[in-house]
Amino acid sequence: MTDQIPLVDYLVLGDHPHLVANECTACGARYFDRRNACANCSDTEFSKAAIDTTGEVKAFTIVSFAAPGVPVPFVAALVDCGGTSVRANLVNVEPDDSHVTLGMAVRLTTSVMGTDEAGIEAVTFGFEPIHPTEGEAAA
Amino acid sequence: MSDDIWILGIHMTKFGKHVDKDLIDLASEAAVGALADGGVTMAQMGVLAAGNLMQASSGVGQQLQKQIGQTGIPVYNVANACATGATALRTAIMAVKAGECDMGLAVGVEKLSGAGLLAGGTRRSDGATWEPQGRYGSVASIDGRIGTDIMPGVFAQIGMEYGHKYGGTSFELFARISEKNHAHSTLNPLAAYQKRFTLEEIMGDLMIAYPNTRPMCSANCDGAAAAVVVSDAALAKLSLEQRRRALKVSASVLTSDPYTEGCQVLPDVNTLTRNAAVTAYEQAGIGPEDLDLVELHDCFATAELVHYDNLGLCEPGGAVDLFESGATWRDGDVPVNVSGGLQSKGHPIAATGIANIWEVATHLRNEAGDRQIEHAKVGLAHVIGLGSACGVHILEKAAV
Repeated sequence: MTDQIPLVDYLVLGDHPHLVANECTACGARYFDRRNACANCSDTEFSKAAIDTTGEVKAFTIVSFAAPGVPVPFVAALVDCGGTSVRANLVNVEPDDSHVTLGMAVRLTTSVMGTDEAGIEAVTFGFEPIHPTEGEAAA
Repeated sequence: MSDDIWILGIHMTKFGKHVDKDLIDLASEAAVGALADGGVTMAQMGVLAAGNLMQASSGVGQQLQKQIGQTGIPVYNVANACATGATALRTAIMAVKAGECDMGLAVGVEKLSGAGLLAGGTRRSDGATWEPQGRYGSVASIDGRIGTDIMPGVFAQIGMEYGHKYGGTSFELFARISEKNHAHSTLNPLAAYQKRFTLEEIMGDLMIAYPNTRPMCSANCDGAAAAVVVSDAALAKLSLEQRRRALKVSASVLTSDPYTEGCQVLPDVNTLTRNAAVTAYEQAGIGPEDLDLVELHDCFATAELVHYDNLGLCEPGGAVDLFESGATWRDGDVPVNVSGGLQSKGHPIAATGIANIWEVATHLRNEAGDRQIEHAKVGLAHVIGLGSACGVHILEKAAV
């Protein structure tokens, strides 16, 4: 099998890909990046917490104008995964407001985004609809 | 004598494309204009706070002194995202309030014409090999792969989040907010754009980040604004005309964003604005129902909606109903952004937080011409910069 590396270190690959947060042991606040101390309570102890792989779309935008090299349109979203907010693209869905809706149920999925000179595949994640919309069901 | 602080003089340049003026020309025009408006000179200023974001490391305050008066006073060069202008004003207010001087000058200036996307405008190319970097251990840029960095997209989600929480939002609703501000700008000769758009034109324009089309985004442009602040004791020694035109700073508040769940992935522009508003109303001893006009930070149409709620202009969750009632149009109960707002007046970043004070001040002085809000006595100006910083000022008409 080709060697793989996640796009970000908070994406755990393997048989059951999922996101993992640094959770403050004192107050439970969760961070996807490395923190010197907790922004909520200033404690310095963190443990790893697995994030739910399903969630609900709390907010989204369909980006049509972006930096050169960024394929558009794409859907950027805020996904509520069991009480933890996650930033991600919505994938495997038409990027329009008849297919993407607030409150939509989604699940984590991964895809290979490229291979480097050493033959290593970088893997990214996104969220896809759990239930096809009416538009897709009819298609 | 009270410890009240007053705006003695204030000036705003025309917003737009100033090809023949550099950054310091614009800052000078605003500063000299504010001094003249207040009937005072650079020699009387005890402090200078100079706000600029895009050239923040270049000593804009000292550069300005070289052109208008190198008097040796302390200069604070201020950068605080889109709240830079309000932060500069607050810096001058704090110096006067602390008793370090009687009068101070605050300037905000920016050259931003043609700037394009201010965040997410470029993306780092992927390297030859994947090497984890930074606090996310990312092997390549995440913009466009894990969400978006562009401001129109970030603020689109902020508006959509409100819609998810309370319902009632739609592409058309957000476009109608923009329609209002563009309509208001037709009466403002200093606005970068004075063109009224139909709803169809706004919705049919170039989509940037749904639901924000181009006219629903703040307009990058050049501009400056400046204000002279004065202590109550020093004002009392000035002429009747100066005292009559002075505006009382009933509240001056700056907040940053406290931790809230989710703020690490989508900036929370709500909590710090709510905190600033609550503190400002407390300081001023008034409530939102007492406001005759509001200039709020409509950097995108989606942002204006959430700030109706954050500033307490409606009950929690009532922002859509407030807008639908017509209250925020210039002939409504609580006119919002009668200047045209950032979408039409324009948003030269560091100038914005003093320009909105100028707008409020001009109405309170009954000097706003065709767009005058009649009998305006109290007004509020709000800005927010991502990162985040929020400035709220409340001004009151002088009693003399």
